[in-house]
Amino acid sequence: MANKLISTMGLPPRIANVFAARSILTAKDALSLPESDLMALLDLGRDQVAVAVARISEITCPPYQTALSLMEDRSRSGYSGRSLQTLLKGLDEALGGGIPPGVLTELVGPSGIGKTQFCLKLSLLAALPTYCGGLNGRVIYIDTESKFSSRRIIEIGENSFPQIFQTEGMAQEMAGRIVVLRPTSLAEFTESLEKIKLSLIQHEVKLLIIDSMAGLISGHPRENESSSRGSKQQSLGWTLSFLKSVAEFSRIPIVVTNQVRGQSTEAFHYTFEGPGKEDNKASERLESHLTAALGIQWAHAVTIRLILEAHSGQRYIKLAKSPFSPPLCFPFVVDSSGIILLTDDGVEMKGQEISTIRFQGQGILEVQPI
Amino acid sequence: MMEISSIPISASHRAKLLSAGYTTLSSLSSASPSQLARDLNVGLQEAIDILKASSESCRLDMPDGAHEFCKGAQTAWDMLSEEQALRHISTGSGDLDSILGGGIHCKEVTEIGGVPGIGKTQLGIQLAVNVQIPYEFGGLGGKAIYIDTEGSFMVERAYQIAEASILDVFDNFGCPLKEIQAFSKRLKPESFLENIFYFRICSYTEQIAVINYLEQFLAEHKDVKIVIIDSVTFHFRQDFEDLALRTRVLGGMSLKLMNLAKKFSLSVVLMNQVTTKFTEGSFQLTLALGDSWSHSCTNRVILYWNGNDRHAYLDKSPYLRSASAHFSVTGKGIRDATSQCKRVRMM
Repeated sequence: MANKLISTMGLPPRIANVFAARSILTAKDALSLPESDLMALLDLGRDQVAVAVARISEITCPPYQTALSLMEDRSRSGYSGRSLQTLLKGLDEALGGGIPPGVLTELVGPSGIGKTQFCLKLSLLAALPTYCGGLNGRVIYIDTESKFSSRRIIEIGENSFPQIFQTEGMAQEMAGRIVVLRPTSLAEFTESLEKIKLSLIQHEVKLLIIDSMAGLISGHPRENESSSRGSKQQSLGWTLSFLKSVAEFSRIPIVVTNQVRGQSTEAFHYTFEGPGKEDNKASERLESHLTAALGIQWAHAVTIRLILEAHSGQRYIKLAKSPFSPPLCFPFVVDSSGIILLTDDGVEMKGQEISTIRFQGQGILEVQPI
Repeated sequence: MMEISSIPISASHRAKLLSAGYTTLSSLSSASPSQLARDLNVGLQEAIDILKASSESCRLDMPDGAHEFCKGAQTAWDMLSEEQALRHISTGSGDLDSILGGGIHCKEVTEIGGVPGIGKTQLGIQLAVNVQIPYEFGGLGGKAIYIDTEGSFMVERAYQIAEASILDVFDNFGCPLKEIQAFSKRLKPESFLENIFYFRICSYTEQIAVINYLEQFLAEHKDVKIVIIDSVTFHFRQDFEDLALRTRVLGGMSLKLMNLAKKFSLSVVLMNQVTTKFTEGSFQLTLALGDSWSHSCTNRVILYWNGNDRHAYLDKSPYLRSASAHFSVTGKGIRDATSQCKRVRMM
């Protein structure tokens, strides 16, 4: 709506001509100027500008919905808006049925912890027929780090759903539904995504996975707002809002993975909190502390954040951000059928512990028998 | 001495005034419309408009504050009694309400910031629900506008919170069965959801547009008592290239919101994201959008982690002292923090 032409908004012709003469053509042009600037630029009185801006705003403003009609729409949209079950019972319950459609879900954790394993399992699940708990659709798997393994997909399938994968031709059909893209740059990635955005629904795509987002972005740290900007297509912010719009538009779950990097400084504090408190931090520092590679701006934008971490030789999956669930933590292992929770009763964690990413150097090297 | 440049008129009129020798407001105040029309070589109506605009600017300058001839002004005493009659919107947590002086205030703009996952959206949804608690039960019985710029509003969660809020209302008031039946028709989660007007905003242009349009919308929906923008930051933070212009556009936006809050006697709540800023040799957390933005909100609340607990800190308020309160986000929504000893802690 932002690029709607002012000439089509039914302003009085005299006023519309003034806008056109100053090459203020779209709603975006007009509304990104303060009204006093507009008055000076257009040489119009305050009332005339106010009336014109009100009219442009009214037309540009998207229509509202009541929350009730929003809920009814969602329940009516049925299939395309279904959650993707992870078949990890505890996690599905905490998420209210699985990875929800229409929003971004993030997996973050150190390398080798099982993020890609989780993504592979999810793509298989989305491809499976509905009677096995799947979404019976296509999957677009964007593999930025060349970690996708079709052999592993089949292996997970054979071990988790033997009855399906032993049926003649089913393995081929399931694997055939997973489309893997390997973009080499962020620009290439957004370009291909823009192309397929409109055809996602048409092609029955039920899941979009990006493994990993940090891999695409890492060359472009955009944490600092005032840092010089590259082309718009390259910025994290642009990618973020684009992904969100894709998720909402097509009502499918989008899963992105994020890497971690070593935390260089102490945890950040607000000025009013005074200097960082030193109470129980000393013990924590013995373990290596990690933080998500994409910074705060990214973390604000994801709706669900799952942290995969290792601690005392045990791997955990933590529900670190969710509008529904209390902060829960589940121990898991990776075996031949993918990720398995050791218990479906998550442990509720207190406070900030849920959002720390722990990683003991040793833990990860104990290769689980496959 | 007020200058001609402070009058809200068009550039060409201003140029004509200056070239005709009208450089100060006082020089205009003695001019008659016909004289001005002749001097400026404009129509009589235009001259009248200029004089009107200049006298409006003049009023701010009135030496004596008696409100009869100063339209729209109020004495401090009137303001006080009006303030006392206003009810506040409860956040769901009594401790949080008490540092806010009873809850979120109407006629004011309140900014709420915090790190991802601290509960900003949760608080927003809670306020959209709580504003609807009927007057008889200590609420405002108003409706809510939710402007969602990030797509983070979860309608299923709003339903949960509404359900819990209704149960709490009945619990707190322990009202007889008869009355519950009378209210149960109105007090349904569905009707709460129906009274939340939801705008999904996908660019900063739309965000400016919706705020401009609110005036008209609110005139048609006078029972709206809260406008929540979640978040005010998102689009401005990534798409707006000219930072100086951004500051001015944001300034205009907050001015409009403040006027709306006053005019329709409603509360405006703006969610803001955090960013890191390098000051005095170390990185500090601070709310986004910069320093000049931080002047534009009447109240500012920062939600933060204190060890393992969620706290809210009143960072800025014209009359309340800075304080912090402990709160928690539960299945029912925002509530007072209870002793968490009974919960099992890992390790």
